[in-house]
Amino acid sequence: MTVIEELRRLAADILEVDLEELPPEASPETIDSWDSVQHLNLVLAIEEQYGIELDPEQIGGGVTLEDLAEIVESAQGE
Amino acid sequence: MGASELRAEIDRLADAGRFTEAAVALNGLWLQEPTAGSARFLIQRYESWRQSLALRSFRLAVLRSYTVEPLIPLLRAEAFVAGLDLTAHVGEFNVWAQDIYNASSPLYSFEPDAVILALEEPDPSEILGALDFFRRHSAAAVIVHNRAVPARPRRGVFDAQSDASEREAVQALNRRLRETVRDVRGVYVLDYDAVVAAAGAEAWRDARKWVSVRLPMASAQMSRLVGEWMRFVQPLAGKVAKCAVVDLDNTLWGGVIGEDGLDGVKLDDGLPGAFHRELQQALLDLTERGILLAVCSKNNPEEALEALEKHPGMLLRPRHFAAFRINWQEKAQNLEEIAAELNIGVDALAFIDDNPAERQNVRLRLPEATVIELPTDPSGYAAVVRDAPVFQRLQLSEEDSRRGAMYGEQRERKQLEQTCASPEDFLRSLEQEIEIAPLSGMTLARVAQLTQKTNQFNLTTRRYSEAQLEALAAQPGVRVWSLSVRDRFGDNGLTGVAITRQEGHVCEIDTLLLSCRVIGRTVETALLAWLARQAREDGARKLRGLFAPTKKNKPCETFYQDHGFREIERGEAGVLWELDLVADPALEAPSWVQVVAPAPVGD
Repeated sequence: MTVIEELRRLAADILEVDLEELPPEASPETIDSWDSVQHLNLVLAIEEQYGIELDPEQIGGGVTLEDLAEIVESAQGE
Repeated sequence: MGASELRAEIDRLADAGRFTEAAVALNGLWLQEPTAGSARFLIQRYESWRQSLALRSFRLAVLRSYTVEPLIPLLRAEAFVAGLDLTAHVGEFNVWAQDIYNASSPLYSFEPDAVILALEEPDPSEILGALDFFRRHSAAAVIVHNRAVPARPRRGVFDAQSDASEREAVQALNRRLRETVRDVRGVYVLDYDAVVAAAGAEAWRDARKWVSVRLPMASAQMSRLVGEWMRFVQPLAGKVAKCAVVDLDNTLWGGVIGEDGLDGVKLDDGLPGAFHRELQQALLDLTERGILLAVCSKNNPEEALEALEKHPGMLLRPRHFAAFRINWQEKAQNLEEIAAELNIGVDALAFIDDNPAERQNVRLRLPEATVIELPTDPSGYAAVVRDAPVFQRLQLSEEDSRRGAMYGEQRERKQLEQTCASPEDFLRSLEQEIEIAPLSGMTLARVAQLTQKTNQFNLTTRRYSEAQLEALAAQPGVRVWSLSVRDRFGDNGLTGVAITRQEGHVCEIDTLLLSCRVIGRTVETALLAWLARQAREDGARKLRGLFAPTKKNKPCETFYQDHGFREIERGEAGVLWELDLVADPALEAPSWVQVVAPAPVGD
């Protein structure tokens, strides 16, 4: 499974929305339940799943799932 | 089984209506992988099965000055595993004082059972003022975090030389916090400093998370604080064990007695003997908290008892145990027998065994019992026992620390009973002495504890907190009495409570209970005779008492009838009995019970 697919599933689980409602460009602006608390939960879940540390600038909000996937991929590449 | 197959298996079991097995498997998944993802899965499943499982609900409010939201799902998962359906309310950032001082705030409408004050810099005097207000509006327990001692004092190594040490100043604040809340009922300190120290201050903090989202700990440390919260939640919710039932071979000692013999029992200072001795010390410490110990082992009883009696490295001896089941029976069966022998529920047992198969079997057969999950390496046994939420106590009374010894005395009484010709001979030879005293500050905690815990000999089963008891005792016409019992074998301590309420010429017994330790020794007759005498002194003409039946109080169903009371009313609440204090013959204490009591008090 590609990272973006994994992230979509993870986000669906945390935000409690259907997978179809989460295209790669989904972001806190487009999903009602994606508030700051759930954003933090999502970031912590990503850190846990991929064993990486995310930068506070990146986890501050306003990012799309696609952005997050890129961040994960580059962190994994390091 | 991998995590995803295990999840599928859990859902198959639930679909087949096998909820107990599904819950055991789900709890197993959590033990294997206590992550946020598992927590979401576990919570979702428990929420949809909650009707089919016996879960106790608990409402917890968290008032805080930092981010705690990611901890809540972990806490709810832990709670479900412990049989608690926990609902959480998290206050807004830094408005804890406003929430408390506003009696119509969401905090009060949430109706919490307990409130956690998680503050970065708790100020004792600020907190005391708030608690004062809170106590007047809510009976919920309050758990206050203390403050972490700074890892890097501003003056470096000089801090330890200085009278104005920064680290000492924080310790002094923490001491003041403890002294401040000590006198407020139902308020407890959570040693946040110790939680941080156990992880190591360096490992605790994630500076980036703190600055960006005000999360005070690294995500890997969240479970530590959740665990500490559970150690308060479980005793507050009554999810505690009264007895630790422990296996012998490779648990209480290293080695297998049946194969290695007495000399093969490892309890020396080396590997792994030292770790089994540590476990014994941890168990010994539990007895100081009033927790009983029992043995459940597949062994030849003679061999195993010989080791307990004679092995030089043994810290625990037969006298430390309240019950033994050393045989080849199934352990679940043995646990049920131990519970029956000790007069406690199976839900009050915690099972400690190194063998995962035995643990799993007990989980499936006796889901209401607690099974302690031991690590594979004995080096971790003692810590797991010390940390277990079911063994935590928020208060300790003198009776608690004496309980283990009292069971030993109880065995001696039983032996005497068998050698006596008649029940009366036995009662006479016990040389019982009872002391009846009005409620005091010194007995309040124990009296409240008895109203909350006593089930069998409890006529009305009314539960009172300390605060409720104090308020009750202050009402006009209400008297609260405590009963202490001792005999030639020892002191049973404070083991009975009676509460009466007089209106006009009628005195009604609100509460009358005896701990099961002293049931059947006629002290109840002496107590009732005292109540009748006091009521007459107060000008009552009738003494009334309700028997409110519950699942467990059958042993006292005929109590009033046996003492000459007449039934006057039978309703939903139970049966109301009455004694005419003028016309009926006066109740007398049995001649073999010596009664020490104040002269009846007049108003």
